Amino acid sequence: MTKSTIRILTLLALTINLTGCDYLLFDPKGPVAEEQMNLIIWSFLIMLIVVIPVICMTIWFSYKYRAGNTKAEYKPSWEHSTLIELVVWTVPLIIIIVLGIITYKTSFSLDPRQAIKSSNDTIRIQVVALDWKWLFIYPEQEIATVNELAMPIDTPVEFLITSDTVMNSFFIPQLGSMIYAMAGMENQLHLIAEEKGSYRGLSANYSGFGFSGMKFQAHAKDEAGFNAWVDSVKASNRALSNQQYTDLSVKTKDHPVEYFSEVNPLLFNQIIEKYTGVQNGQ
Amino acid sequence: MNTLTQTPEPGYTGYVAQEHHHDYAGDSLLGFWIYIMSDCILFATLFATYAVLSTGFAGGLTPKDLFDLEFVAVETALLLFSSFTFGMAMLGAQSKNMTQLLLWLSITFALGGGFLVMECYEFYHFSNEGAGPTTSAYWSAFYGLVGTHGLHVLAGMLWMIVLVVHLLRDGITETNHTRLACLSMFWHFLDVIWICVFSMVYLMGVM
Amino acid sequence: MANKATIVTDPDPIFGKLTWDSIPFYDPIILTTALVVIMVGAGVVGAILYYGKLRYLWEEWLTSVDHKKIGIMYIIAAFIMLIRGFSDALLMRSQQALAVSDSSGVGYLPPEHYDQIFTAHGVIMIFFVAMPLIVGLMNLVVPLQIGARDVAFPFLNSLSFWLFVVGAMLVNASLFIGEFAATGWLAYPPLSGLEYSPWVGVDYWLWALQISGIGTLLSGVNFFVTIIRMRAPGMTLMKMPVFTWTSLCANVLIILAFPILTVTITLLTLDRYLGTNFFTNDLGGNQMMYVNLIWAWGHPEVYILILPAFGIFSEVTATFSRKRLFGYTSFIWATVCIMVLSFIVWLHHFFTMGAGASVNAFFGIATMVISIPTGVKIFNWLFTMYKGRVKFDSPMWWTCSFLITFTIGGMTGVMLAIPAANFVLHNSLFLVAHFHNVIIGGALFGYFAGLTYWFPKATGFKLNETLGKWAAGLWTVGFFLAFMPLYVLGFMGMTRRLNYYDNPTWNTWLLIAGAGALIILIAICVQFYQVFASIRDRKKNLDVTGDPWGGRTLEWATSSPPPFYNFARTPHVMDRDQFQYLKDHDLAFKQPAEYERIHMPKNTWAGIVIAVLSGIMGFAMVWHIWWLAIVSTAAMIVAFIVYNFQRSKDYYVEVEEIERIENSYFEQLNHIENNDLSNDTNEVSKPGHSLSITA
Repeated sequence: MTKSTIRILTLLALTINLTGCDYLLFDPKGPVAEEQMNLIIWSFLIMLIVVIPVICMTIWFSYKYRAGNTKAEYKPSWEHSTLIELVVWTVPLIIIIVLGIITYKTSFSLDPRQAIKSSNDTIRIQVVALDWKWLFIYPEQEIATVNELAMPIDTPVEFLITSDTVMNSFFIPQLGSMIYAMAGMENQLHLIAEEKGSYRGLSANYSGFGFSGMKFQAHAKDEAGFNAWVDSVKASNRALSNQQYTDLSVKTKDHPVEYFSEVNPLLFNQIIEKYTGVQNGQ
Repeated sequence: MNTLTQTPEPGYTGYVAQEHHHDYAGDSLLGFWIYIMSDCILFATLFATYAVLSTGFAGGLTPKDLFDLEFVAVETALLLFSSFTFGMAMLGAQSKNMTQLLLWLSITFALGGGFLVMECYEFYHFSNEGAGPTTSAYWSAFYGLVGTHGLHVLAGMLWMIVLVVHLLRDGITETNHTRLACLSMFWHFLDVIWICVFSMVYLMGVM
Repeated sequence: MANKATIVTDPDPIFGKLTWDSIPFYDPIILTTALVVIMVGAGVVGAILYYGKLRYLWEEWLTSVDHKKIGIMYIIAAFIMLIRGFSDALLMRSQQALAVSDSSGVGYLPPEHYDQIFTAHGVIMIFFVAMPLIVGLMNLVVPLQIGARDVAFPFLNSLSFWLFVVGAMLVNASLFIGEFAATGWLAYPPLSGLEYSPWVGVDYWLWALQISGIGTLLSGVNFFVTIIRMRAPGMTLMKMPVFTWTSLCANVLIILAFPILTVTITLLTLDRYLGTNFFTNDLGGNQMMYVNLIWAWGHPEVYILILPAFGIFSEVTATFSRKRLFGYTSFIWATVCIMVLSFIVWLHHFFTMGAGASVNAFFGIATMVISIPTGVKIFNWLFTMYKGRVKFDSPMWWTCSFLITFTIGGMTGVMLAIPAANFVLHNSLFLVAHFHNVIIGGALFGYFAGLTYWFPKATGFKLNETLGKWAAGLWTVGFFLAFMPLYVLGFMGMTRRLNYYDNPTWNTWLLIAGAGALIILIAICVQFYQVFASIRDRKKNLDVTGDPWGGRTLEWATSSPPPFYNFARTPHVMDRDQFQYLKDHDLAFKQPAEYERIHMPKNTWAGIVIAVLSGIMGFAMVWHIWWLAIVSTAAMIVAFIVYNFQRSKDYYVEVEEIERIENSYFEQLNHIENNDLSNDTNEVSKPGHSLSITA
């Protein structure tokens, strides 16, 4: 998989109009999503090695050996051919070996827990799924937001994900991988944005009546833009107190964006420990 | 491979020359055996659940606080001995000795009953000590697994009563013998499960 | 509807949680449906009473232990549930076609209703349409294919069927009394737990699945023993017809997988009823365990649905290509491989849960490995057609449509099996498109092929071929139109189960998908009309020989419909394609010189009575009516014991009766034989017709 073949494939995808901005999975804005796009295209192409012959053979055989065509050869008791058996077992086997190797490699290279190497320092964002909104806590900046997320470009982001309600799935399609948010557990996801822009984020796992509204915007900004955004959040002058958090946890649909200028840096851990803390007397 | 070349033997008509009697008892035994295999999966799932939740004490009581191995040893002895007595009952059935059969069956019933009473007492005791099924995931799994086994024993005892009525009505007929064989399989199976419960829940619980 | 009104915290001692508020008077859609269903139901009951058919119905059908009748009842029930499941699909498609907006409250279905619909759609289509279709076909065909006179445990078979019916009835009751689960078809906790779903919807789900699931488990044991022990003499395992083989594998899967479902559902039930902590967020509960357990059942379940469909395609392809199945041995081994592998792939349903890379890689590769034996099967069918004389009757239309559709579904399945790609495709409409692609294009098309193929065997006349081809064509077109856009929408980042969305570019594709659903609606209407028209014109399509297609296996060696004892004399098997073998050696359609009396099971009330009592128990548990639950459970046990003590459960069919039935069949046959030259009858309905001899 050289870089140039990938370019050719991308061009191919372009020509069949798969890269308009509507096709989020074919419009990646970070290396994770880009590799995943390539993976999808490659596996598709490899599978075509079997799929196309099968479709052609279906059409060809049913035409050629139709009952009306008495000229075609007819062997009613022919039921075995070692050669054919060999081919139909081997070809899929080889394809699956190739795909298996790709699978094995990408399972590790695209493991959500795998930190992304970069010259910039990783920033950390804690994500809490609530009914039915997303709370984002920036422990380093000590700010929190609801249903809006910003990150500097070319900077690896480590998302720490949990839920204070049922299972959800945190997903920004144009940046790559999703991962489940589950109460009492912390899941990790590493992403990086390479282009400025505003990307759709959502919950990909059904979580109840307000699920359809569990969406947010993820803004990828340059350093200055990100700092300005942090300042604007700080300017909101609202602290996310325990009382505020309790109010926020109440079920709401289509929750508007909210900014909190202050947040208890231990809030995220407290949310997890609410479910596990007493376990084993920790 | 090409069977078309195989010509049938002379006299072959496509159907059997002589209709034979079908072995219905064999069907029942195989069917029951398969049912026990699926019951095995059922217990395997419960054991897996127990294993996963085996540390889910939520800060509450642990098995070390409550398990009394001597008590469980008596329970185990009752059940293991009941397997032996069922074996004796089967010998009675084999030799068509109704008195022996009924005597050993009733001893088996009593042992099973004793086991259940002890289990109920244990559950009652644990709940009173503050470890009920809702206390924590561990205790949910404990009651789920041990309780399911207990329910099986109860079902086995109910079945035993039904079978005794069958035996009193019809004697040791072929059908009743098949029924006895099935119940015997079931009873021994519960014993095997209990050995697993004893090792995995009680022994490992206090270790 | 799942709103505050139905959360009853202090149940009444007599009515439990049941109040007048439980009936959704406020929802015009549900109320109209309820009225229509009640009127149709009353009409049917009225007609039965008016024509005095109640006794006939009870004696010949409801208490029947005849596997053929039970099979037919399964299939009828499945089609009734298909109407409901497909109505749900139309509601979803139309809601999504309408619901473009920035906030909820658009379209005509609020999430509280819509979410129940997609849950019900999934549950109904899998448990109460696909399962009964395949179990029904097994009932109809397997004993005939192996030359048996019934299944091993006829009473259990009746009980299984009625337990399934009761489960289906509970799901239907939820429409009008209370509400159904709004959790998605597999009801993941904690959403399905008491804290997040305090209303009775999930309880309906639990009891409907529990009751019908136990029925399925009993079926599995029953058919396993039937196939292992009741094959005609001479039929070794490697001479078994392919459909029987795939059914055997499916039943092994049922025996091994359904206990897991039973336990999983029971544990969730305990969580909801007793407050245990198996799957709760707190107190050490583990929601991930539920997801693992439910898919440890769920993935084999997929193969339970599709393996027998593979068997059907094999029978159909061989028969209509007038040729032996290519690579029988490798086909059987491929089936067994799939059966074994299906137990080690369940984690691919939740790669995104956060398991480590090596775990994900293992399950991803294991999943892909399944595609090897599956691919082999596809080539088996293709090379069965190769050098054949393929006659394109409608079962063959379904088969060809399947070959193309299923291959595409298999391809997208492999894409989803790559964990890293799954991280962006999971829970999207791409996934929805994929599993519809394999379940409709794989399993369902197979069932339709099988239904068309064996319909004359069950009823004695063929289905209308023209309409059958229209149905196959429309289903195929409708399928591609309805589901290809969903693949595209998956690439556009649209997730499943959305009640509304704010992206107008999705709308176009959803409108196309909606149009596809409408074409499928037409296809289903054509199918219903096909059945109606075929019954009306049955005289034209009569199958007097018992072998309307030039069949190759034993089920065609008896009359259509077969006598209740199936075979007057037990077949003695020499060949895989036993009936073709008999025809080739001029042994088919020959009346035996003499008969012997036949041992048969009697019909029994016990199956339906025990099942109905279990339904009452389920309903009582849903509504926390404890006294009724206790009474009905006790009644179930008593009924079972009473049945157990019943003395005469079987009887002998005397030789005179067999002779009478068999003579009339052979008279029919001779009649055609004599008119053969002068009469222009349907070519394939001539007895002994076989291209392999004439060609």
